[in-house]
Amino acid sequence: MAMLEVKGLSISFGGLRAVDGFDLTIEEGMLYGLIGPNGAGKTTVFNLLTGVYKPDEGIVRLDGKDITGKSIVEINKGGIARTFQNIRLFKELSVLDNVKAGLHNHNTYSTIEGIFRLPKYYRVEKEMNSRAMEILKVFDLDAEADILASNLPYGKQRKLEIARAIATEPKLLLLDEPAAGMNPNETGELMDTIRFVREKFGMTILLIEHDMKLVSGICEELTVLNFGQVLTQGKTEEVLNNPAVITAYLGE
Amino acid sequence: MKMNILKTMNKTTKSNTITYLLVAVVYLVVQLLVTTGNISSLMKGLLVPLCVYVIAAISLNLVVGISGELSLGHAGFMCVGAYASAFFSVLVGDALPEMLRFILAILIGAGVAAIFGILIGIPVLKLRGDYLAIVTLAFGEIIKNLMNVMYVGRDADGLHFSVTDTASLNMAPDGEVIIKGALGITGTPKNSTFTIGVILILIALFIILNLIHSRSGRAIMAIRDNRIAAESVGINITKYKLMAFSISAALAGVAGVLYAHNLSTLTVKKFDYNTSILILVFVVLGGIGNIRGSMIAAVILTVLPEVLRGLSDYRMLIYAIVLIAMMLFNWAPSAINWRAKIKAKIKNRNMKEAE
Amino acid sequence: MSFISYLINGISLGSVYAIIALGYTMVYGIAKMLNFAHGDVIMIGAYTVLTLLTGAGMNPYLAVLIGMGTCTVLGIVIEKVAYKPLRNASSSLAVLITAIGVSYLLQNTALLIFGADTKSFINIITCPSVSLAQGELTITGTTIVTIITCLVIMCGLMLFVNKTKPGRAMKAVSEDRGAAQLMGVNVNATISLTFAIGSGLAAVAGVLLCSAYPSLTPYTGAMPGIKAFVAAVFGGIGSIPGAMIGGILLGIIEILGKAYISSQVADAIVFAVLIIVLLVKPTGLFGKNIQEKV
Repeated sequence: MAMLEVKGLSISFGGLRAVDGFDLTIEEGMLYGLIGPNGAGKTTVFNLLTGVYKPDEGIVRLDGKDITGKSIVEINKGGIARTFQNIRLFKELSVLDNVKAGLHNHNTYSTIEGIFRLPKYYRVEKEMNSRAMEILKVFDLDAEADILASNLPYGKQRKLEIARAIATEPKLLLLDEPAAGMNPNETGELMDTIRFVREKFGMTILLIEHDMKLVSGICEELTVLNFGQVLTQGKTEEVLNNPAVITAYLGE
Repeated sequence: MKMNILKTMNKTTKSNTITYLLVAVVYLVVQLLVTTGNISSLMKGLLVPLCVYVIAAISLNLVVGISGELSLGHAGFMCVGAYASAFFSVLVGDALPEMLRFILAILIGAGVAAIFGILIGIPVLKLRGDYLAIVTLAFGEIIKNLMNVMYVGRDADGLHFSVTDTASLNMAPDGEVIIKGALGITGTPKNSTFTIGVILILIALFIILNLIHSRSGRAIMAIRDNRIAAESVGINITKYKLMAFSISAALAGVAGVLYAHNLSTLTVKKFDYNTSILILVFVVLGGIGNIRGSMIAAVILTVLPEVLRGLSDYRMLIYAIVLIAMMLFNWAPSAINWRAKIKAKIKNRNMKEAE
Repeated sequence: MSFISYLINGISLGSVYAIIALGYTMVYGIAKMLNFAHGDVIMIGAYTVLTLLTGAGMNPYLAVLIGMGTCTVLGIVIEKVAYKPLRNASSSLAVLITAIGVSYLLQNTALLIFGADTKSFINIITCPSVSLAQGELTITGTTIVTIITCLVIMCGLMLFVNKTKPGRAMKAVSEDRGAAQLMGVNVNATISLTFAIGSGLAAVAGVLLCSAYPSLTPYTGAMPGIKAFVAAVFGGIGSIPGAMIGGILLGIIEILGKAYISSQVADAIVFAVLIIVLLVKPTGLFGKNIQEKV
């Protein structure tokens, strides 16, 4: 069964069809890329998949379950986590606490247990700390665990966002331009990390990216979006050599 | 020895310990001054109100600083707590031992205020920013207005309610009016003491500080920092916003209980938006999200007008100027830069001297 | 017939709220701050005019003009000294609290200069009353002047904002301060101008308010200030017609509430209506709904 199955997904904003009849199937464990020119509707697709927007039409199935029109929280609990194009960290929390916030629904104790510092509080906090540190290590952020998220350099903020998303233990991870603003060196490291994340955590990954080196380097399949519609989909190499795709990017 | 213990603790535990110790030390010093008779009767009269304002300030900081929502109706929750508890205390009278009655009064004040917090929070928390602020202000004023026209009496048949006047309560001649509209509640037992006030401050601190450094507190702050990101990691916005709002309301209710049992007459006059704003001033001046800071600001700004009493007519004027000056000094970016420069200069000089 | 007379009284009171709310809403739109001291500028305006009338026996029109001038200068000075340094502060609450400090300052300055006792204001409006429906319905001159003044001010402001260069600069600054600055708009001057206009209008509101309800104390401005703030939010803060309609609706609700339900809970009714409106339309009647971009 496919991990993600999208059929006929559409949404309009004031008469403009931002996403129009979008279909997508991603098999479990795949590294999938969503590309297209600026304004093609890529981030809108992410917002539809994660419940930020409710689709006008269409069906979204995650691992066989219908999640169409569910709330952001329900969809996250159902198994989709994401990062944001414009980084959205919990700025006034420490790096460690950002990841621990991601563990919110996995290592739990009640508010009462928290306020009165009952034994479960200490036990679960300890579990959370070691789990969060483990994830931070993957992203080479463990040394910065105690500093405020807003004090991290840009590239590390992007990594922290991915770490926080992984902490929610998703089946499907959505990355919105993970390499934006990174230098070629950092992008290279990021590619290794993304591959590593897929192996270690067994996740299916869907990413939006403009950096063609990253896309062709790690994505197995691609969908090209143009003016809200699917231009073409298929194996990365075939898609990137498709003349229609080149026209869409460079113009006539 | 103590310094060594402080050094080995982690940063938050250390900061919390300092906060508790600060309260304890101030308490001991004040007690010493009281027993040796070195404190004016005026100041002595201020001790319980000080505790009231401190609890109100730290509880408001939970909403404004930790949850990140501007509330201008905090006095409304104090009002609810004060009225519910005073009503209970007068109603029960001597049927219960004094201490038990007061503890129950505190719990009732907190509970009723928390219920109001939830009832008001559900609609209010749908709004954002300044709109939320104006609606909290509106709720505060509504509570004040309704309390002002409420009449409750008791006779052999039970309780009687009215919103017009005493006569329409239709009571038996031997009945007793407990809440008398604008005249409020009279004859509340004066159970509040400085010691109880300080104990309640410590309890409030315990609840707030432990909440902040727990899973729920993290969720509340995550929502404050980025609402959509918090939802995207599965944090239920309504639940945690409501939690912060209602715990804050409950503690404001406790402040109200303390206030009501400090004076024998309780009216709504004290609970208008000016009081809400005054408490907000404590929070912002002491540092948004800084619990210890709001305690200190509450104490300074409550004592300041009394210290300035010698200046009679000018005291509130000076108070206003001091407030503006402190805000500019604490918050203006240019003032912050200037302070940083001075600090660096002093540091440099010290280093040169050390060489 | 009494209903119509209440309605007219409501529109009259609402017109005063509307004029104050215009000041609130313009300042909010452009400086993005709630100027809690705005209500107290009204009070200063009323005291100034009263002093000129009784102390110097001045011509009423001249007195009102000087009152407006005083408040205009006051508004500009307050902005420069107390608010401008905090424009880029890390929390928007800082300037709110400072505004509260300014409010205390104005109240206590008035207390020192004019004393705590209630001064009775002299009604300077000489327009005759109008009698309608065989004398069953009387509209006082004050009411007529108040409503007309309010309409004139609103139309004037709309024209100013939409048709003049400084007015369009105000619009630009309220949309996007940074972009306006890059386009060569003098942001500091525009903000000063906004405070000047808002405060000048506050003086007019002060005179009209005290002509209808002639008791003046240092705290006279506080409650109308809050009500006008509510009116501005009611109509959608930042919107000029919104402030106008919000103010008038608020006045009507208040007067009708006082007349038909209870004078003690009239304010509670006003606030309850506000809450209901905001729950149905979270940005007020004419407010723009700005969605966060994800």
